[in-house]
Amino acid sequence: MLSIAIDVVYFMLSLALLFAFIRLTRGPSLPDRVVALELIASVVFGYVGVHAIDTGVSSFLDVAIVIALTAFLAAIGFARFVERGAKE
Amino acid sequence: MSEAVVSILLVAGASFMMLAAIGILRLPDLTTRMHASTKAGAMGAMLVMIGVAVHFADSAVSTRALAFIVFVLLTAPVAAHVIARAGYFTGIDLWPGSVKDELRERYDPDTHTLSSGLEHDSQHTENSEPPS
Repeated sequence: MLSIAIDVVYFMLSLALLFAFIRLTRGPSLPDRVVALELIASVVFGYVGVHAIDTGVSSFLDVAIVIALTAFLAAIGFARFVERGAKE
Repeated sequence: MSEAVVSILLVAGASFMMLAAIGILRLPDLTTRMHASTKAGAMGAMLVMIGVAVHFADSAVSTRALAFIVFVLLTAPVAAHVIARAGYFTGIDLWPGSVKDELRERYDPDTHTLSSGLEHDSQHTENSEPPS
């Protein structure tokens, strides 16, 4: 049962990644793209968690924590970049 | 038993993330897209991490999953706020069907300041008309 659920979850996350990527390429403004990048980071957290269950290697949780840290810093940096670019 | 709980948690988390992705693809402007993606995306990640904690049933793994959940809970609203703020300052177009933009008469883009709206009594009467 769990293996079927894992397959279904992989499929749904791939679909979510595809949708977010379409918005990333199409997004009319830069903030739209930043929001899409943040959602892609969230989906990658899900991938890492499901992969940890799939392989039975719990160390992947550390990877998820590091990705969360870098995604947060990237969001802050992009926001500052967007704001400063608007001022000039 | 544990497998069923883990399966339900994983599928629920993935459903939340897919809903967020559908929202970010279909909704019309930046703020509504953020409304879909920031909350549902964080919720999906947290549900998947709860599933990981239940599956391994180990105190070290559970602690790390809890740390991840607390971190996401703390940083997701901050990141969403900062991006929405930057997006509003750059003058994104709101969806034409938006009925309320309370910042429009409060925020001055030239001086980059935000007033409370209580400085002049005349401003209260202007709030009733919807922004064009």
